[in-house]
Amino acid sequence: MGLLDYFRSTRNESAAIAKERLQILVAHERAERNKPDYLPMLQKELLEVIRKYVNVGQDAITVTMEQDENREILELNVVLPDEGGERRLRRKRV
Amino acid sequence: MARIIVVTSGKGGVGKTTTSAAFATGLALRGFRTAVIDFDVGLRNLDLIMGCERRVVYDFVNVINQEANLNQALIRDKRCDNLFILPASQTRDKESLTHEGVERVLKELSETFDYIVCDSPAGIERGATLAMYFADDAIVVTNPEVSSVRDSDRMLGILASKSRRAETGAEPIKEYLLLTRYSPQRVKLGEMLSVDDVQEILSLHLLGVIPESKAVLNASNAGTPVILDEKSDAGKAYLDVVRRYLGENVPHRFIEVEKKGFISRLFRG
Repeated sequence: MGLLDYFRSTRNESAAIAKERLQILVAHERAERNKPDYLPMLQKELLEVIRKYVNVGQDAITVTMEQDENREILELNVVLPDEGGERRLRRKRV
Repeated sequence: MARIIVVTSGKGGVGKTTTSAAFATGLALRGFRTAVIDFDVGLRNLDLIMGCERRVVYDFVNVINQEANLNQALIRDKRCDNLFILPASQTRDKESLTHEGVERVLKELSETFDYIVCDSPAGIERGATLAMYFADDAIVVTNPEVSSVRDSDRMLGILASKSRRAETGAEPIKEYLLLTRYSPQRVKLGEMLSVDDVQEILSLHLLGVIPESKAVLNASNAGTPVILDEKSDAGKAYLDVVRRYLGENVPHRFIEVEKKGFISRLFRG
């Protein structure tokens, strides 16, 4: 440290902020990238099938894919309309 | 059989063309017959950086459209016998590059060259994706700055999925990180991402660090690849990069703040 550094009260630490932001962003974008590209189509077709039987909205269904070390999880989440509030139908496949 | 190297980045202005020119010249200086191709159709600049802009007669698109043969379009470098430049077309649009056309030109070049360096345009459109599609190796040029690092990571995803090697199930493209415009002083002050930070985020093999240097603008002003300015820091750094690429074990330089004399040390660590 030089003499002048001693008097510098505010040190600029913006690089640390940049690193943290990038780590979060890159991890998120890599997860997105590894999703199979059939997911939107699957979601659309599933919605069509469900709507044959139940009157649900366009956004009533979400399909997500997650991955850990030894398995892939396809998660399907359907929100069904109900008089007393919302009922959820949820299925998981390993 | 030539080895095909793509110089890519996603983001513009990080030093792809400077790197392509320096790296190709470096390979040629080491005795390898090297061709460097400008894939930036419509915005060609490699000719200017290489100092051969007034010798362009035919270009890459002419060869693809079979309006000229390769020997007519390749420009032999005046400083280095082993080095040839294939300029991009300035008047055609980006759609002029076809998959089959690029494949045919690369195949023909492969018969007589040792290395083919593909200077990719910025972005992820056709020129960029075709520049990387046939590659064996990729040099990902990155600045220590958030948008450049993010774009580099995006390019890594494309290299891993949309290349010939990925699609045919061959051994994946070898990816190398080249960090450019690096300022050790600013890193020390905590103002700039360090080499270690960028490597930690991208997890790539580090091919080299090119310091922010006046020599780069001086070289492009003159139309001389900066690697020929052997006395400059950037020139030395590029020479190291070529040696490392060819398998030599060369320690990294220009990543620490230079030692200074007593007076400057008194005022700034």
